[in-house]
Amino acid sequence: MGRVVLVTGISRDIGRRFARAATDDPSIDRVIGVDAVPPRGDIGDVSFVRADIRTPVIAKVIAKEDVDTVVHMSVIATPGSAGGRGTMKELNVIGSMQLLAACQKSTTVDRLVVKSTTTVYGSGPRDPAMFTEDMGPKRLPSSGYAKDVYEIEGYVRGFARRRPDVDVTMIRAANVVGPHVSSPLTNYFRLPVIPRVLGFDPRLQLLHEDDLMRVLRHAATTGVPGTFNVAGDGVMTLSQAVRRLGTPSVSLPRFAVGRLGATMRQARVSDFSPEQLGFLTYGRGVDTTRMRTVLGFEPQFTTAEAFADFCQSVAPAVREGAGRA
Amino acid sequence: MREEARRPRGDDAVVIPIGTGGRPGRGTGSARPSSAARNLAPSARKASARKASAGKAGARKAGSKPRDAAGPTAAPSGEESAPPPPDETSTDGSAQAPTTGIPVGEWLAAAQDAAQEVFGADWERRVAELMAFVRRRLEGHYEVDDYGFDRELTERFFMTALRPIAEKWFRLEVRGLENIPAEGGALVVSNHSGTVPVDGLMTMLTVHDHAGRSLRPLGADLVFKLPLVSSLARKSGATLACTEDAERMLSGGELVGVWPEGFKGIGKPFSERYKLQRFGRGGFVSAALRTGVPIIPLSVVGAEEIYPLVGNVPSLARLLGVPYIPITPFFPWLGPLGLVPLPSKWILEFGEPIRTDTYEPGEAEDPMLVFNVTDQVRETIQHTLFDLLRERGGVFG
Repeated sequence: MGRVVLVTGISRDIGRRFARAATDDPSIDRVIGVDAVPPRGDIGDVSFVRADIRTPVIAKVIAKEDVDTVVHMSVIATPGSAGGRGTMKELNVIGSMQLLAACQKSTTVDRLVVKSTTTVYGSGPRDPAMFTEDMGPKRLPSSGYAKDVYEIEGYVRGFARRRPDVDVTMIRAANVVGPHVSSPLTNYFRLPVIPRVLGFDPRLQLLHEDDLMRVLRHAATTGVPGTFNVAGDGVMTLSQAVRRLGTPSVSLPRFAVGRLGATMRQARVSDFSPEQLGFLTYGRGVDTTRMRTVLGFEPQFTTAEAFADFCQSVAPAVREGAGRA
Repeated sequence: MREEARRPRGDDAVVIPIGTGGRPGRGTGSARPSSAARNLAPSARKASARKASAGKAGARKAGSKPRDAAGPTAAPSGEESAPPPPDETSTDGSAQAPTTGIPVGEWLAAAQDAAQEVFGADWERRVAELMAFVRRRLEGHYEVDDYGFDRELTERFFMTALRPIAEKWFRLEVRGLENIPAEGGALVVSNHSGTVPVDGLMTMLTVHDHAGRSLRPLGADLVFKLPLVSSLARKSGATLACTEDAERMLSGGELVGVWPEGFKGIGKPFSERYKLQRFGRGGFVSAALRTGVPIIPLSVVGAEEIYPLVGNVPSLARLLGVPYIPITPFFPWLGPLGLVPLPSKWILEFGEPIRTDTYEPGEAEDPMLVFNVTDQVRETIQHTLFDLLRERGGVFG
């Protein structure tokens, strides 16, 4: 008897691709995708159930389909795609709470995988070089994606306490890059001229999209409980990344970059949130020892390789225009 | 075709033609002349072309022939009139080279001399290396470690820039080098002084040059808050002075440098020179105890006198969010000139390592032990400082 996996957030590219990949796994019988809007691409053998995770309907879906593994990927990072910050917060936080409530009531669910992010650690001048899983942010996030994720993690921990029989795996993924990823960071790197914060050269640690797929599948099939940082090996600095990309960059004082970001957000060119600005000023590194020793996962791409793969996908026109000479 | 036709002529010439080799147009000489140039040029194209093909002999003829053939087919009618009489100036120029330019051979010889002057006898290899280095930097193909340490940049650039200051200006004298372990984690604990943390840079250089290892300094929060300073600090191997980073580095086998006096040390008035300030909470000792690495006390004499701090502007410092605004006898009165450090004589003495591997790692939680070891380190440095001061004699000696 294989597993029945419920994947939330299937309308987004990464959720859809994960769900499709999961159907190929021999230990998984069925994959059920849930979202408020239908997925845009091909979902293969995944059965799609249109349900809003902000409503108790999700509990019925779990009960009816005898779901035993829930993969929560419905935490969105950009208010633009959701239709405003208010909606984004509601989708993220209320959605997660409803989902956890449904899981708590369910008698069949014995495994929960939550895709979180290393953004919860924040970025600041007083950060340690590498965050381990038991460190928290130096300063609590006050708004945006980071705050949502921080709150969701709190609810997930509460759930894990109340239902110790359920294996809860929290994957704190580093910034995901890859040819198909559209995230604030990849949009930033796709800008024709990259604005940088004058006098700061943040360290970036990246995760390739394929590795994200693999680690979620690994977590869904093995069910190792705990919280794990997942990132490619090594770090690279922003200046290095920009040079490897071959895009021209311009250094501006921090407040000017913030202004520019706000303008770009209004113009819908790029989503440049305050935590993104912090990340591009101070950077972040995470320790992945536990990913190897406890979770037993080995990423295929290092940070540099993941970025190189991403570079190839950036339109050649942009790269040639850089004047490499 | 046009380019091919032009090449032989260039080979003949001993002169470096200035500009386009005589033809009006854009800088390359191979592109179509700009419309402005076409308008300017007299409509003597046919005449000059005919003259070129008919009149000249030998090598010159071979060069101009293909060009003549190409002319009518490739060039649109507007260009027919463009190319000019100056065709002749370049050929004539080769005959009277001394008056119109410097021969290529002399240029090359001068360039070689200059390269030899700058890079020494094996300049060709050195220049090639330098070019490779520049290319690597520009394309981003270099490595940084988890803390952002850029070894290549540090060794080839920062260290090279600091070396003359250390050797010629401060005349660094180093003692007790045998106390630095050749490998494995160790914690260098030093006194801090000099208004600006030059002593940290000099210690890094000394350790790199004499012990062949990279000293990884632990810096205050402020270092990572300031623009430019923060990125330079990370690139040269520093990381934040916090327990997590210190223990991670020490257990990773790095040679870590720490200045426990912090801003109390570098910002103390000149009248209190060589008096060690409080050593914080002894966090560095518990990090060393937990990782079992030896503590190497380092005493630096000379850094106190580089910028004698005689005053402070506390209100302005608070306003700017920095620990102090230094006033020295020369700064800010002499402006930028006041930033030149006084050429005091420096002595660095690495003391005998204090072993911590005899304690249990759990004992790092024992505050009494931590304070005792902290005091031991502090006393060692303080006494060495007094001894060195007696030996040094004059400040600038």
